[in-house]
Amino acid sequence: MKSKKSHTIFRRFALVAILASIFLLGATDSPEARFSRIGHNMMCMCGCNQVLLECNHVGCTYSDGMRNELTAGLQRGDSDNLIEQAFVQKYGNTVLAAPTTTGFNRVAWIMPFLIFTLAMGAVVVVIRTWKMRAPAPSPAAPGVSVEALSDLRARARKETEL
Amino acid sequence: MPQIGSFTLLFALALGAYSFLAGIIAIYRGDDRLGETARRAGIAIFVAVTAAALALVIAAFSNDFSVAYIMHHSNRDLPIQYKFAALWSGQEGSLLFWCWLLSGYALVLRVRHKVDTRLVAHASVIIAAVQVFFLLLVNFAAPPFSIVQGTIPADGNGLNPLLQYPEMVIHPPMLYLGYVGMTVPFAFALAALIMRYPGEKWIHITRRWTMVGWGFLTCGIFLGAHWAYAVLGWGGYWGWDPVENASLLPWLTGTAFLHSVMMQEKRGMMKTWNMWLIFSTFLLSIFGTFLTRSGIVSSVHAFAQSGIGPWFVAFLALTAATCVFFYVKNRSHLVSEHKLESLISRESSFLFNNVLLLVSCFAVLWGTLFPVLSEWVQGTKVTVGPPFFNRVNVPIAMVLLVLTGVGPLLAWRKTSIGSLSKNFAIPGIVALCVAIALMIGGMRPWQDVATFYSLMAITLATLVTATIFSEFWRGGRVIARHNDSNVLAGMIQLTRRNTRRYGGYIVHLGVVIVIIGFAGVTFNQDSEQELGFGDKMQLGAYTLVCRSYTQDDKPNYHSEWAIIDVMKGGKQIDTLFPERRFYKASEQTATIVANRSTLKEDLYLVYTGRNPDTGRPILKAHLNPLVMWIWVGAHILLIGTIIALIPNMAASRVPSNARERLAEAEAAARTGTVVGSD
Repeated sequence: MKSKKSHTIFRRFALVAILASIFLLGATDSPEARFSRIGHNMMCMCGCNQVLLECNHVGCTYSDGMRNELTAGLQRGDSDNLIEQAFVQKYGNTVLAAPTTTGFNRVAWIMPFLIFTLAMGAVVVVIRTWKMRAPAPSPAAPGVSVEALSDLRARARKETEL
Repeated sequence: MPQIGSFTLLFALALGAYSFLAGIIAIYRGDDRLGETARRAGIAIFVAVTAAALALVIAAFSNDFSVAYIMHHSNRDLPIQYKFAALWSGQEGSLLFWCWLLSGYALVLRVRHKVDTRLVAHASVIIAAVQVFFLLLVNFAAPPFSIVQGTIPADGNGLNPLLQYPEMVIHPPMLYLGYVGMTVPFAFALAALIMRYPGEKWIHITRRWTMVGWGFLTCGIFLGAHWAYAVLGWGGYWGWDPVENASLLPWLTGTAFLHSVMMQEKRGMMKTWNMWLIFSTFLLSIFGTFLTRSGIVSSVHAFAQSGIGPWFVAFLALTAATCVFFYVKNRSHLVSEHKLESLISRESSFLFNNVLLLVSCFAVLWGTLFPVLSEWVQGTKVTVGPPFFNRVNVPIAMVLLVLTGVGPLLAWRKTSIGSLSKNFAIPGIVALCVAIALMIGGMRPWQDVATFYSLMAITLATLVTATIFSEFWRGGRVIARHNDSNVLAGMIQLTRRNTRRYGGYIVHLGVVIVIIGFAGVTFNQDSEQELGFGDKMQLGAYTLVCRSYTQDDKPNYHSEWAIIDVMKGGKQIDTLFPERRFYKASEQTATIVANRSTLKEDLYLVYTGRNPDTGRPILKAHLNPLVMWIWVGAHILLIGTIIALIPNMAASRVPSNARERLAEAEAAARTGTVVGSD
């Protein structure tokens, strides 16, 4: 019975995931959208630490030229990857606003998701382990009962409502 | 003045050292009289540091450019409010300001020592140790009263133009009040651990102090975001800059603590977890300060690179070692009294909430430090900018939003699926309706990931809002029925009777409104154009007409500005004045953004410069939907925090028969909603 229920839940999740994937795969990409997306994935190299399309440095000697290069790349019909590589060759790795997914840089992306997965998994395991243990509460310290601590807690709460 | 300032800082250091050492000896020997002298020495630190801070402010007001700090951060024509703000505009002054705030917090703690004399005595010693560290910094590593060598200049270099904005007079103090405020809960937590404090009083005191620090930090973060939006002129409010990230780290752990502390208060659980959350919050406050000031990471608004980094590293290492030592020594004192009983319970939701907040904290820290790590491992630096932080943190924020909606519907210990579905049905249907309405209205989540997240954020925000309103409505209705009043009065009474719980809901409401504001970023538009007299520029439904452009000369700066008529539907609805200033003393330019803000959208105009060939202004216009929601949400969030800090309505002020009826009503409300009280 339980297994059937969990299968139903799994099927629902799978359906939602498939629909979401279809939606995302079917995305259209206009030149303006590509300009905005690539431009927001690169940094302005004038030293302002701003994303290329957000650099508003008065008299910035870099951003206009970089935007023109981006527009030229799009007009040539270059792929996103090719445009980004051209920028990396000219300005260095720091032109990309986020680490690439190659070599050591992959670690930057993996770590947060790895920690997320491990942490969530750990919580589920902890809850299940605790749930399986005897329901009797464990004393906080030798010689102190849980009831006594609960009373203390209630009293302390009253005393400290400042 | 510099001599007075230097002397009082040295005196404060001596007092701090005495307060620390005498405090330890007094605790060790049980000598109350010595302990009292340590406490009074601690109070006297406030007087000494106040005198030093005043000396620096007076030096700024009197244009005393013999003081190197004043020479670097002020000038004769600087408006008076910014001369005052010069106190925290540079490395040395801001450290002095930090010392002053810390001595202020410590003063409150030491004056209120009767709350619990022994606990406060221990906490006072810990705070004295922190004070000694910062006083050592301002006396030896970054002295604010250094004298200019050689000829004293006739005028100063002036304040950074970006800091010459009204919000800069309040943003840093708020942020610092948040950072520094985290010292007090840390001191209480460590004190409780050291003395194996019997009972839970310390956790209540710690929670209230954390909430104060958290409130200030929240206020500081939002003021900073608003300053970035209004002053930097790039059309955004959060750039994931290392300095911004530094403020977010202790905020995230502090938020986690404010949730998990309820498990300790209610069920005696998560004691070790809470202890380490408080330790982490304090350590991250100091770590953030280290990041900002050491020059370890490059940032647009970090302080200049200086030699104080090793001081911070040593202090962080010493503090962490102290925490670990006392934890290992006294960890038996932190054993949980209960265990989690169900995956679907309030406790589990808090646990998941905590884990998500900490994962988000890790992701922000990881992204901030990855350039340093990459340089160390690969020999080349990489940039970790907004695309990384958004991609990693937005999904976490979505799950957190789900928990914000579901959490209040869960009962302590265990909740049945049936009761959860019953309470979840109406908010769920409302959220679904909103999602469908948005898609019918033109929002296409399949177009790109940003739109997908935007739709999800608004839908989940609706779910949380519906949950919160249903909580208020149900409780308010029961109380109103018993009191023969209306539902609104019932809701107010409900809030007054349990300020912490309902204040918390108001904080959640503020958060969801902020998130709706964030969701608007997907639909931002912008356009840039050179405009002559009468030229037009189209952006969204607005037509911008350049009526004129001119320039002006003020004592502090030279400015150029345009007069732009804003037309909509053929009618003039506003006039905006985007401006660019050139500050004479610092020889730097800054933009003064002209912003027409409504609940629907912001029309944001930036004067980017002049075309040197035609002499005509170039304007950049942004159309940013829903930005005002962020500032409205921030206000609600802060109101909720203040409400949560107010003590519950005194029982004695309620007639006894009414009190009984109210107790009944609350019990009935609880039974009806299957929700445990906080």
